[in-house]
Amino acid sequence: MTTLNYPFSESAVRALHAGDAVSVNGRIWTGRDRFHKHFADGGRLPVDFRDGAIFHCGPVVVPQADGGWRVVAGGPTTSLRENQYEPDFIAKTGVRLVIGKGGMDERTLAACHACGAVYLQAVGGAAAVTAHAVKRVTNVYFLEDFGAAEACWEFDVRDFRCVVAMDSRNVSLFARVQDESRRRLAALIGCR
Amino acid sequence: MVERLAAFIRETSSSLPDDAEHALRMALRREPKGSSARVVVETILENVKLARTNGTPVCQDTGTLTFWVSERLRKLVTPDVIGKAVEKATAQGWLRRNTNDPVTGRSIDTNVCPGAPVVHYVTAGGDDARSVRLLMKGGGSENMSRQFSLPDSALAAGRDLEGVRKAVLSAVCQAQGYGCAPGVLGVCIGGDRAGGYEEAKRQLLRNLADRNPDPVLARLESRICREANSLGIGPMGLGGKTTLLAVKIGTRPRVPASFFVTVAYLCWAARRRRLSL
Repeated sequence: MTTLNYPFSESAVRALHAGDAVSVNGRIWTGRDRFHKHFADGGRLPVDFRDGAIFHCGPVVVPQADGGWRVVAGGPTTSLRENQYEPDFIAKTGVRLVIGKGGMDERTLAACHACGAVYLQAVGGAAAVTAHAVKRVTNVYFLEDFGAAEACWEFDVRDFRCVVAMDSRNVSLFARVQDESRRRLAALIGCR
Repeated sequence: MVERLAAFIRETSSSLPDDAEHALRMALRREPKGSSARVVVETILENVKLARTNGTPVCQDTGTLTFWVSERLRKLVTPDVIGKAVEKATAQGWLRRNTNDPVTGRSIDTNVCPGAPVVHYVTAGGDDARSVRLLMKGGGSENMSRQFSLPDSALAAGRDLEGVRKAVLSAVCQAQGYGCAPGVLGVCIGGDRAGGYEEAKRQLLRNLADRNPDPVLARLESRICREANSLGIGPMGLGGKTTLLAVKIGTRPRVPASFFVTVAYLCWAARRRRLSL
């Protein structure tokens, strides 16, 4: 298990290999469909993502009596919807970690290679574990514009467990598994 | 009854059945130390424990709720009573606001409207003579369900059990990890299109460790499960030995012109429960 602490350095991220288990600690921000579209349309970003992490997540967050927030459920959402935006987001912001589920396309893989970033797979459906890893909700942006599920939440996480699914060396576990499983299927059922 | 059903919904959402948890523990043993498959299954088991302890949803997608109610309970467990229980469970935060109007896109905040939740009244004996069964199935897994019409020339799948095997294995390969593997397959051979999906989903109510009383189907179930696990897709599609936890196959009669094979994919968060009354 490799521990990653915010701010995430380029050298630490480039040292990771697809298949490595990592524990993410410190500040991360959520951003999904509307957030990425806002960015692509030239919208202003509320925070500096350099050496940071973006998490594809629509959490269930409840307000607290003291004016703060608490995350009750927060698993990853499917990342492929952001394929068209992510390469540009990585190149322009200098973000180091993209966290979600299901993986992303070759263009994002190429951007990870060019800029020194990785794609991390959080475990789909593991809502309770993710909520538990969020120690504090430290801020929220676009809450009124995008709604709670699509807002940009700033979390302080501890020991948020993920697997490096796409590294900065042009290796994607998803592509590898998909190719190999198709080959094995063809062998089993005798066709392509 | 409303209170009792609401508590039953909460338990279904927050507590995975023992057989599903057991199958995940067996998966953990198979996956080598240090592999990403192992990390994923460890996280899943930790999540199962945490959700049960806190009484919070195992998964944030609390899914489509389908109830199967014994015919004998029709007057006691009415659609109205079930609707009120769902409304209460939603208001308590045990269920996500998870129902949208398909035309306007607006959220139906109570999770109750014509068509939701889904309620079937069924004739059954044994443990189900006086029971309510509930399945909560998330959208990510539902998106991976498939229906085939045999013969299928692309798969070289004919109208026999060998054709069924090819179709089901191809569905597993198409799903990769997107349905949140390791999953459970409910399969229906035959039926019309709607009946096929209904029976395939109903197969998901079976205990993962049970044995199909039909020896031919029992053999097919274990063969497909073994072969699917040899594809190497693994937990969440990151590679590994565990792609499926079980395969359950049922049948419906078909007309001579049709031969459907329907595959219902259920994620590892196999939330199902029985309430005996």
